[in-house]
Amino acid sequence: MNDSILKTIAVAFSVCLICSLVVSSSAVSLRDLQKENKLNDRRLKVLQVADIYDPSISISEQFSKLESKYIDFDSGRIFNEYKDFNIDEYDQIVVTKDSNLSSSVPASEDIAIIKNRENVGKIYILRNDINKIQKLILPIRGYGLWGTLYGFIAVENDFNTISGIEFYEHKETPGLGAEVDNPKWKSSWKGKKIYNNDQVALEVIKGKVELSDSDSMYKIDGLSGATLTSRGVTNMVAYWFSDSGYANLFRELDYES
Amino acid sequence: MSLKQYQEVIINPLIKENPITLQILGICSALAVTNNLSVTMVMCVAVTSVVSFSNLFISLIRNYIPSSIRIIVQMTIIASLVIVVDELLKAYDYETSKKLSVFVGLIITNCIVMGRAEAFAMKQKPLVSFFDGLGNGIGYSIILIGVAFIRELFGAGTLFGYEILPLVSNGGWYMGNNLLLLPPSSFIIIGLFIWLIRSLQKDQIEEDDFVVTKHSTTPDLSKREINV
Amino acid sequence: MFEHYLSIFITTVFIENIALSLFLGMCTFIAISKKIDAAFGLGIAVIVVCMLTVPLNNLIYNFILREDALTWLGIEGTNLEFVELISYIGVIAASVQILEMFLDKYVPALYNALGQFLPLITVNCAILGASLFMVEKDLLFMESIVYGFGAGFGWALAIVVLAGIREKLKYSDIPEGLKGLGTTFIIVGLMSFGFMSFGGISL
Repeated sequence: MNDSILKTIAVAFSVCLICSLVVSSSAVSLRDLQKENKLNDRRLKVLQVADIYDPSISISEQFSKLESKYIDFDSGRIFNEYKDFNIDEYDQIVVTKDSNLSSSVPASEDIAIIKNRENVGKIYILRNDINKIQKLILPIRGYGLWGTLYGFIAVENDFNTISGIEFYEHKETPGLGAEVDNPKWKSSWKGKKIYNNDQVALEVIKGKVELSDSDSMYKIDGLSGATLTSRGVTNMVAYWFSDSGYANLFRELDYES
Repeated sequence: MSLKQYQEVIINPLIKENPITLQILGICSALAVTNNLSVTMVMCVAVTSVVSFSNLFISLIRNYIPSSIRIIVQMTIIASLVIVVDELLKAYDYETSKKLSVFVGLIITNCIVMGRAEAFAMKQKPLVSFFDGLGNGIGYSIILIGVAFIRELFGAGTLFGYEILPLVSNGGWYMGNNLLLLPPSSFIIIGLFIWLIRSLQKDQIEEDDFVVTKHSTTPDLSKREINV
Repeated sequence: MFEHYLSIFITTVFIENIALSLFLGMCTFIAISKKIDAAFGLGIAVIVVCMLTVPLNNLIYNFILREDALTWLGIEGTNLEFVELISYIGVIAASVQILEMFLDKYVPALYNALGQFLPLITVNCAILGASLFMVEKDLLFMESIVYGFGAGFGWALAIVVLAGIREKLKYSDIPEGLKGLGTTFIIVGLMSFGFMSFGGISL
């Protein structure tokens, strides 16, 4: 009797009905929370790299202290409106899949192996009390050992001093390359200089930095056992602070101030 | 249903009939998520609740499920439960859900869930099925937590993210065992766990597929072919 | 273009081997790897099913489930991603069933060889995992075909190699408690360490 066609259909139908009710009601009721989590996840990293994160205040409130701006990589100009994108939802990684909004990086220049770079980036600006730029928070990415590392780097208002670095997504080897998340290593970036005579000089070296070395302000300790990840980070810095990256932006801002 | 039977369905899967080490079920997720105790705990809770509730619901409607669509009905129920768990995680523990990535979804194909539904819940009453699911979920969790404990403590020197053995790289004295941080090490740890359990539970030892005969120098006359 | 597909293929087979780097489909991987013949049959079945279901699920994701995917039907603002898991597993179960019936009817020789493995594949997480990783990587349709083939091929390669090692070890003198399952786990661990050395290869 259990196998009559009518009964089979009835059971299948009611199981589907109940399951779909449960699934969709849970999905719909939790959607807002999930959306916020997703947004906050990235925002938290921005706040951390800007070194202004305070766990006692809600993330969205703190984030409102930062200005989000579009930048045009070719001219270095900053602007507020871009096509019909909403700046909070503009995702430069998604945009690189669209050939109208991104351009492929020629292999000879593609040291960070990012393949496509968006035409228009998104940066965050932290201003001080008198409305002067205090820090810039710039997204960076590049290939390490296992895949692309995505992160943010914060630069002081002389546009030459690093204030912090933070990666929000990578697949590096735990214990070796994944030490890019090590707080001690990250804090060693603070105060390092990017440019030496207008050339990007900042690099992650092999081994430890000698403080007596005259170039020590351009050098970061290598990640032991992770040569390829270290090299990837060096290339990433070299690419994003070159003319194809944020160098034009710095010039533009220098000119303004 | 006697109390003894409840005890049995909960306690047996812990060591004696452990789903991972004896039944070879649900290993996939056991490996990729064990480098960190707190992530592992979340995974264990997720699997245990899915297996208990899927057992409960399937057992509740077991007399109404036509055999022709048995598997797909079980699948639907399990998948729905997993989706609910996944949605809950994304809403309330986003960090962990990001670390578990696709492995929450893969609970659907975790053989423990299907295996218990098919082998136990289709035949037994709801309550006892629920406890059977609970027992198996905990059995699975014991192995996972054991592996994660070893990997996190000796690999990263921490437990639940708190420093226990201060690492050299953070100015302490303990040189972390990086091998344990790599996912393949969990295979080796589970292999050693199996060794441990089987040296205690001799009946679990696998038989050889062949028999080694005694080596003798004198020819066995009875087996010699005689050509007349 | 060819280079791009080749790079996806090599990456999926070696660097992100679905069995030895992502640890998917382990239950069958360990249970059915005693003999090379059986491992080979199962491997072929996984390749076929992966190649079939990954592109199918790619279409389903891109044209139905994805955010705003239903615009081609004139419906906007939809996001059905929460039914992703159940749709994929449905597609997999259905295509395995159809493949089984098709083989039974038209290619009985192949059915006899693969038939017993097909039901095992529905609950093999390598197949579902391949679809989920396809979505995570956000592959295009053509890429997903290559990815599906690569994922299946990588898994098949791994299981055949494991079966080879286990056959060789059959007559070794192994401690009582480690016999069978125990050693297999340790072998897989070592193999998987071996595959880690493919990391960093870029084409």
